[in-house]
Formats: sequence, structure tokens, C-alpha cells
Amino acid sequence: MTGTLNPAGEHPAEIPEYPMARAAGCPFDPPPALHAMQEEGPLAKVRLWDGSTPWIVTRYAEQRALLADPRISVDVTRPGYPSPTPIRGSSPISFILMDDPEHARLRRMVTAPFAIKRVEALRPAVQKITDDLIDTMLAGPKPVDLVEAFALPVPSLVICALLGVPYADHDFFQENSKTIIKRSATPEQRSAALGRLAGYLNDLLDEKLANPGDDMLSQLTERIKTGELSREGAAQMGVLLLIAGHETTANMIALGTLALLENPGQLALLRDADDPKLVSSAVEELLRYLHITHNGRRWVALEDIEIDGQVIRAGDGLIVANDIGNRDPGAFPDPDRLDIRRDARHHVAFGFGVHQCLGQPLARMELQVVYSTLYRRIPTLRLATDLDQVPFKHDGSVYGVYELPVTW
Amino acid sequence: MKVTIDQDRCVASGQCVVAAAEVFDQRDEDGVAVLLNPDPPAEQAADVRHAAVVCPALAIHIEE
Ligand code: HEM
Ligand code: SF4
Repeated sequence: MTGTLNPAGEHPAEIPEYPMARAAGCPFDPPPALHAMQEEGPLAKVRLWDGSTPWIVTRYAEQRALLADPRISVDVTRPGYPSPTPIRGSSPISFILMDDPEHARLRRMVTAPFAIKRVEALRPAVQKITDDLIDTMLAGPKPVDLVEAFALPVPSLVICALLGVPYADHDFFQENSKTIIKRSATPEQRSAALGRLAGYLNDLLDEKLANPGDDMLSQLTERIKTGELSREGAAQMGVLLLIAGHETTANMIALGTLALLENPGQLALLRDADDPKLVSSAVEELLRYLHITHNGRRWVALEDIEIDGQVIRAGDGLIVANDIGNRDPGAFPDPDRLDIRRDARHHVAFGFGVHQCLGQPLARMELQVVYSTLYRRIPTLRLATDLDQVPFKHDGSVYGVYELPVTW
Repeated sequence: MKVTIDQDRCVASGQCVVAAAEVFDQRDEDGVAVLLNPDPPAEQAADVRHAAVVCPALAIHIEE
């Protein structure tokens, strides 16, 4: 059985280690070894940090089929679950790590604010946030770190307003979020950071119970009162929304900008065409091309599942590597080329199946506003260092850059 | 073309609304998809088919 510690020597040496390294000088491309595996077939085995050897699914069609299959589980406590790091501590971060029906019950408590119309109504506010931050940048010294001055504040300000979290606390929650999603953090560091965030959200819930506002945390306190949600469950959900709401989008803003700066023809196309259709197509293509959640979504099989003539056994661990799925030539012709005019809308950058990203309408709108504003307002924007000096987040479960020095 | 939605499966991703806003909408209370037109005209057929392709919950069914 896979997913358990294997005695040394039991497995042939050719099972490769996962996660794999990207090639030097190709910061936007998935690891070459993943490409090679995908060429071989849709399914293979990899070896994890603990010696376990789960399956890895590399092709787009098989990934989608599997992610829509109710016979797989995200429950980290099940034997065989291919944990990306030494165990995360006892408290899972809300419904992202729960199976249906509990996952669906909790998720539906927070879906309303992410409906397309509700998100569209926020567009002018996001435009204003974006413009104000650019004004401040233009008035300040250069070069400037785009991550700190722009990429992190945009989504942080937005999710804070939506949740009812004071933005003044951003140093605190950004620091702790960073620790939680860092691969190299120790289990102790990670669970301490989680504990601090949960405590913080818990205090905020107290305030909202006493003094409800027009925000998501206040709405969650209603669910606590009706007994639909425990106090701890509400705090966990707040932690999930706060982390997921800013880290991912921030990385897409900074890494997307870098990818465009390295592809000046594409950047010019986007900047010069005042066309919302091209902007939204560019957002989808950058999501596909960059696929920032590069750690592979982890699952464990609940029953035997046959794929491509092979049988995944109940209890086998599964890694669905959507980063390489988004580079599958069977789904995207010439997949390694960034082409903002292609139709990439069927990408799996937000996952697939019932866990597909809850915040995607918000993320899309934020990225549309940012990509259609930043390069037009600062047409001479350029990198203030060499590409090989840019610190990439190789050690994070969300890929991106730690810093992006830019000037104009 | 006949379209149906399985609202129990829907995870309120909004993908169908983005793909074909004339045919799909979302409920105010929880973002679950609702059908505006179960029998869309031919010129919307491609968008509706695309909605079914990108629906992460496989909740949209089409009879051609
Ligand atoms: C560009 C930005 C973003 C990317 C690339 C992204 C990506 C993802 C991915 C890959 C998943 C896992 C899907 C799966 O397991 O199949 C996910 C889940 C999730 N995301 Fe996002 N996300 C982004 C922005 C956001 C935002 C702005 C929020 C706002 C709160 C958010 C909230 C969530 C939540 C709550 C889940 C868990 C959904 C569930 O388990 O049902 N995300 N996201
Ligand atoms: S695309 Fe599917 S899951 Fe998303 S809102 Fe429409 S029916 Fe629901």
C-alpha cells in the first residue's frame, strides 16, 4: 500500500521525488521532470518527503475526471493522505479540507458574496483602491517593491472590507499567512501561526457579536446564534477566507506583471488595446500559464478507481498536479507559450470539482482591474533588477515572488 | 437545445453566468445557479455548451 512509510529499498529507485525543481532560468514553467511524466502517460508514482509513494495525475482530461469523482477525499486524517509537509496540526482550515456533505453545508454559508453580480458591484471600489495605490507609488521614491507597494495591498484591502477585518492589522495577518503557506516552515511554526490567526479571528467575532456590521464575519455570527456554526468553525472559516483571499491574488499580480515584462509583445498588446474582452482573456491565460498553486492538490482514494487501464486502490494517495495539466498540449495547443489572445477559459488554475475556488469571481475581477490599469498608468514600468536576482517562492505552496523591484 | 441544472450539485462558482449570462443567473441567498431560459436560441448555444464544460460540479446538462 502506498501512503505509508516504505522500508528503504522496497521501491525501485526510478520513482522520482516530489515536489520537483523548476529548470534554472525558466521561472514560469513547471519542472521539466513533470513535463516528461506527462508525456509518458496520465498517471505515475512519486516519492514524498516521508518516503510514501502516492500517484500523480499529470494530464488535463484525467485530472478533470478525477476531480469530479466523489470517490476521492481531501480528509488529511485518513491513512494514505499524501501530506505535503509533516502533519499540519490538529485543526484543519475549514471546508477546504473537508468532504461533502459537511464541506457543501459550510461552503454554502459563504457563497452569496462571491456571486458574479455581487462581485461586479465591487468593481468601482477595487478600481479606486488600485488607482489610489498607483498614485501613492508614483508620488514616492523609486525603485519600489511592487509586492509591498501594490500587489499585496490590493487584495488585502478588498478581502478586509469584505470580511470586516481592520486593514491596519495587515502586518500581523500577512506575516502569519506567509508562515502557514511556506513549505519550509516547521509544523510547530505553522500551527503556532494558525493558532494566532484563529485567536485573532475569534476576538473579531466577539466584536461583531456585540456590534454587527455589513460584512461577512458579522453574517457568520448570525450562523453561530442559530447553531448552524460553532464558534471555532466560524473562526476557522475566517482564517481560510482571509488567507485565501489575499495571498493567491497578490502572487498573481506580482508574478503576472513579471511574466508580462518578460513578454513585452504581450504586454504591449494588453496595454494598448482598450478592450475588456482582451483583458479578461489575458487574466485567464495568465492564470493558466502561471498556475501559482504549484504544490499539487492532495487527495486519497475512498474506493478503487480505474484510470487509463491502471487501478488506484482505496487508500492510495493522489496528487493532482494542475500546474502541468494547464500545460497539457491535449487541452491547450502550444501550451508553453504565453498568448493572451488564446481561449484559456477551461484552465484548471482554480481547481475543478466541488472544491473549485470559492473566490474566483473576486480574484478574476481584481486581476481584470489591475491588469487593465497598472500598465496603462505606468507605461514605462520595468524591472529594476535582473531576472535572475528576483527571489521566487520555490518553497511556498503558492508560487510567486517575494519581492519585485520595479521602476519607470 | 434543452438545458437543466442540478441545484443540489451546484457549488456557486458562477462560471455559467460568466459564460452565458442570458441563460444563467444566481440566487441572491447563496449564489446557487438558476436557469433564466431552459430553451436558449441557437446563437447562444456555443456559450451554453461552454458553460457546461467549465461547470466544476458537472451540474449543467444539455440535450441537443
Ligand atoms: C488568483 C487568485 C486565486 C487562485 C489562483 C486560487 C486558487 C485556488 C485553488 C487552486 C483552490 C483549490 C481548488 C481545488 O481544490 O480544486 C482554491 C480554493 C479556495 N479558494 Fe481560491 N484562489 C484564488 C483567489 C481566492 C480568493 C480571492 C478567495 C477569497 C476568499 C479564495 C478562496 C478560496 C476558498 C475558500 C477555497 C476553498 C474552496 C473549497 O474547498 O470549497 N481564493 N483556490
Ligand atoms: S457553473 Fe456549475 S457550479 Fe458554477 S454556478 Fe453554474 S451550475 Fe453552479
